[in-house]
Amino acid sequence: MDIDFRYVLQIIPELLHYVPITLYLTVVSMGIAIIIGVMLSIILVNKVPVLLSLAKVYISFFRGTPVLVQLLMIYFGLPQIFPVLNEVGAGVAAIIAFSLNTSSYLAEIFRAGLESVDKGQAEAATSVGMSYAQAMRGIVLPQAVRNALPATGNMFIGLIKNSSLAFTIGVTELLAQGKMMASANLRFFEAYLAVGLIYWVITFLYSQLQGWYEQRISKAYVT
Amino acid sequence: MISVSNIRKSYKDTEVLKGISFQVNDGEVVAIIGPSGSGKSTLLRCLNFLEQPDSGYIKIGEAAVHAKQSNRTTVNQLRLQTSMVFQHYNLFKNKTVLENVTHGLIVSKKIKKEAAEKKGRELLKQVGVLEKENQYPIALSGGQQQRVGIARALAVNPYAILFDEPTSSLDPEWVGEVLRVITKIANNNKTMLIVTHEMNFAREIADQVIFMADGVIVEKGTPEEIFDFPKQERTKQFLREFHRNTSERMDAVYPMDYIKELVQ
Repeated sequence: MDIDFRYVLQIIPELLHYVPITLYLTVVSMGIAIIIGVMLSIILVNKVPVLLSLAKVYISFFRGTPVLVQLLMIYFGLPQIFPVLNEVGAGVAAIIAFSLNTSSYLAEIFRAGLESVDKGQAEAATSVGMSYAQAMRGIVLPQAVRNALPATGNMFIGLIKNSSLAFTIGVTELLAQGKMMASANLRFFEAYLAVGLIYWVITFLYSQLQGWYEQRISKAYVT
Repeated sequence: MISVSNIRKSYKDTEVLKGISFQVNDGEVVAIIGPSGSGKSTLLRCLNFLEQPDSGYIKIGEAAVHAKQSNRTTVNQLRLQTSMVFQHYNLFKNKTVLENVTHGLIVSKKIKKEAAEKKGRELLKQVGVLEKENQYPIALSGGQQQRVGIARALAVNPYAILFDEPTSSLDPEWVGEVLRVITKIANNNKTMLIVTHEMNFAREIADQVIFMADGVIVEKGTPEEIFDFPKQERTKQFLREFHRNTSERMDAVYPMDYIKELVQ
């Protein structure tokens, strides 16, 4: 047994320089995924003709194929068909792939969130003169968000870790740097352990934040 | 006034409303009674287009809609004429008691927050739940929730208030306080339509009683005409059944004297 814990601690500061890149990939992808997911979920809930079928195919495809396959398709595959896409950098390609993939899961999470709000809430809003948009904004969405938050948080945690796949197309994020350091020093276990610990800490901190926020927005629902 | 003519509504193959027509004068209180499944609630929900009627004409206060030519604007106009009190209260769960009353005023009537809150507090005081203004609905009893529901419905100052079985899901101990509040509003000459199973209450509070069965209005008239001298066999049968099934229980909880006392 030869594990050099001092080495683990030693490389962590160096690795931390790449955390912003991991977070950048994750947060931007999540933001875009939420926007697409909301639009898809509204299509699903309201059963908008034509768009509903398209949304279902989209969701089925992006949930039904591995995110790595999607990533490789977008970065290496699409430029062969549309040469103009050769200009797209690896980071952007990764964000596109993660956004599309995550949005398909979020669409279903948001749909369930919206449907979990009792119909009587929207009816009551309507009966005191609110429009559909006003009822959604003030009454239905805040309740749907609360119901959808735990599952959405899980997606976010998944995305933090999935962002490591970006190294396969040459984005130097946390894992890629760890891999380089591992090969340079031939200390594979220590390097990957350091990388793993950093992911763990990030997701732990995020879980704390979400727990605090869930409690905050739940105060109306518990006596 | 309210004028409804020939409302029809079907779900798939079942015709729930088979051509309903009636009129309500300003300040009149109308009780709609009838067996379960007779279409009472559906009728009420057609009046503010929570259910879209298939055909017919509805005029409430200033607004009129032909069901077949309805569009978003005319439906919104119609909805502004009424507000509804629900069987299951349907208070906004994410809003405090005061916000439940003021939210509609602020977002749909564009009233300033301070003014809305002043009005909201007045109404909460009127229904006797002012001390709960900062609580969320979950912390309230059924009776308190329903009284907030009534304050919310009053806040937007509609031409008429629609009560959809306002006491049906309340524990017996809370029914009295809600009926008392409704009576108070009726005494202020508010136009009201009340779908209810509280026969004693209907008799005392209503100017007009409508008896519905199987999607049609079987009989309508004054409370005396309906309850004491019903003409139709269907009405007689319903009242007989009603008395046989519920008189002991109902009279134990809301004896006639008690209801009379409420109404005074």
